[in-house]
Amino acid sequence: MSERPIVVRGGHVVDPVNAVDTVRDLLLVEGRITRVAPEIDEVPDDALEIDARGLVVTPGLIDPHVHLREPGDEHKETIASGARAAAAGGFTAVVAMPNTDPPIDTPASVGYVLAAGRRAGAARVHTTGAISIGLRGERLAEIGEMVEAGAVGITDDGHPVMDSGLMRLAMEYSLNFDIPVADHPEDLGISAGGVMNEGLVSSRLGLRGKPNGSEDIHIVRDLIVAEFTGAHLHLQHVSTAFGVEMIRQAKARGVRVSAEASPHHLLLTDAAVEGYRTEAKMNPPLRSEADRAAVQEGMIDGTLDIIATDHAPHHYDEKEQAFDDAPNGIVGLETALGLVHTHFVRTGRISLSTLVERMSAAPARAFRLDGGTLSEGAPADLTLFDPELSWTVDPSRFLSRARNTPFGGEELVGAPTMTIVEGRIVFDGR
Amino acid sequence: MASALGKDLVGLEYLTRDQIVSILDTAEPFKEISERRIKKVPVLRGKTIVNLFFEASTRTRVSFEFAEKRLSADTVNISSNGSSVVKGETLVDTARNLEAMKIDMVVIRHGSSGSARFLAERIPSNVINAGDGRHEHPTQALLDLLTIRDHRGAIGDQRVCIVGDVLHSRVARSNIHGLLKLGAEVAVCGPRTLLPRGIEEMGVRVFNRVEDAIEWADVLNILRLQLERMEGGYVPSLREYNHIWGVSSERLAQAERELLILHPGPMNRGVEIDSDVADGPHSVILHQVTNGVAIRMAVLYLLAGGSPETAEAAKGGVEA
Repeated sequence: MSERPIVVRGGHVVDPVNAVDTVRDLLLVEGRITRVAPEIDEVPDDALEIDARGLVVTPGLIDPHVHLREPGDEHKETIASGARAAAAGGFTAVVAMPNTDPPIDTPASVGYVLAAGRRAGAARVHTTGAISIGLRGERLAEIGEMVEAGAVGITDDGHPVMDSGLMRLAMEYSLNFDIPVADHPEDLGISAGGVMNEGLVSSRLGLRGKPNGSEDIHIVRDLIVAEFTGAHLHLQHVSTAFGVEMIRQAKARGVRVSAEASPHHLLLTDAAVEGYRTEAKMNPPLRSEADRAAVQEGMIDGTLDIIATDHAPHHYDEKEQAFDDAPNGIVGLETALGLVHTHFVRTGRISLSTLVERMSAAPARAFRLDGGTLSEGAPADLTLFDPELSWTVDPSRFLSRARNTPFGGEELVGAPTMTIVEGRIVFDGR
Repeated sequence: MASALGKDLVGLEYLTRDQIVSILDTAEPFKEISERRIKKVPVLRGKTIVNLFFEASTRTRVSFEFAEKRLSADTVNISSNGSSVVKGETLVDTARNLEAMKIDMVVIRHGSSGSARFLAERIPSNVINAGDGRHEHPTQALLDLLTIRDHRGAIGDQRVCIVGDVLHSRVARSNIHGLLKLGAEVAVCGPRTLLPRGIEEMGVRVFNRVEDAIEWADVLNILRLQLERMEGGYVPSLREYNHIWGVSSERLAQAERELLILHPGPMNRGVEIDSDVADGPHSVILHQVTNGVAIRMAVLYLLAGGSPETAEAAKGGVEA
């Protein structure tokens, strides 16, 4: 690294891995954190001084569930635009999903994503590889070679693995490579044709519903397979109360499972679909108030140990359609920190330290990423944010190519100020 | 111009009780127009109406067209076959192009729930929902209400059971909203695979057995069982459906009171309704069709800014 050293002074450093939650200075040299101390006097002559007084300084946030749409759907997002959106949202790393067109199911395509991510020069771009060739759920993809090429996990996200036998093989095979097997839990037989949560709202709107059971069945199946194979299961975007409870029980039994809560499942219910609002259409769907409460409780107690956005960009033409025809998903990278900070930290439901645990330390552990901590010697990946800054979500200002969010116009408190990746400032919102 | 109904008619869920009653009342004087030798009055002269049908329809489309023409509107019919819709144009673009040709109203039938509202929010013309997916079919429910009122004098004291495929039925949803607003008791009856989950929360009773529904009800509104439901596995066979849920004269004979029999059509005789019921003394199915034209005239007239009180004068007196 030819970057100048950086010294970050006087910020409120929150680093749960090292039980730090106080004012510290940090010195970043050659892409690494070289010193963390109450006051750092000796710094290299050419060091860049950053005044972080009044700001919170955390290990860089990591979003382990994003759709960057490249290759194939660059009109929605590119790896570069997604990496810049991530940096603007305070994320220093993202994990891309492989359901692109063509899918990421070979070592060559893993290499393509990683190279494009490096070229973007914003947040770090990691990627998962597909579980099955073509995401077809039939035969295992070349998982070992994809891991050698840099894949940090496997998933057929968006295409639930319907064959339990294939899921068993994927989990067993994953043990050789120490990677998580991530699953979008959904029984497509039960959810067939559904476009929103099944409940009173769907009955009234005349929209076809996906019952909780379609998700619950696969959560339970995946937990069972993880338990007898001993593999690391990573459950994506858990949205049901029963699912949360099953994960809680499995963790108590010692099953190796990590699980995501998304900001939208933490904050919204299927009432947001009223008026056929396609920006509230996602999969899994927004569910009932009881489910939302259970997802919140699970996130707070750590059953759902990770907050992940499921950033899913779409072009506005695609969302500007009849509800049945609009695609699933919302963007999340540029709203996640503000939403979680406003609705959970400022309300006292979680501490800043827990926010960092859920949005940095835990995702780093789950995907074995270097980071998630401000230890000396760790990568110089930092997020600085202003915990008092009030702002209004304005999708037209997103760096993402897409604007599809149900949170437009929301008043939030807490916004990223600066994002540093490998000792380099990749976003500066000062 | 803000009409008594607002800009659009998207569904009965969004109307008040008084608005629904005013549509029924306005339909009364319009009934007579269709009885005349020269079935035309100048109520909507100079208005341009587009009938935009993305799904096949005979009865509803023809009924709207008669209503429009008997009120002297200029009409254009667009169906998804052979239109730019099949060339991949989006619903918004289709509507905006029509709008650019300066139209006054759009009657839309579309396979997706919410599509009528989607259109209504995006164009200044009046939009009338002629059926959107499984959501609502308000003019059908209004003509059902008018038919019940014609025969029973009032709606609020009636028990109405909707029998059949409620899950996929926009007619059922519109009827439930309309009937409940007018004070009727409402029930549904059918295979559980064809009833929406949580339907009780909408304020309706559920009968498993059609015999129980018949014993309870004053009015049966029998829905068409579409053949694709059997192919989709919702019911094992049409034979079994008829055996368990079919409305037959034998079953009706068990009821203590005389039931009024409605069906939105088209009927599958021998499946959801036996011929002797369809053609029997309590069937008002063809009366529904006649009322459909009057209801649609009333809706067109009200959305165009007419008031219920002046409907009689607007259409001219009864023909001598």
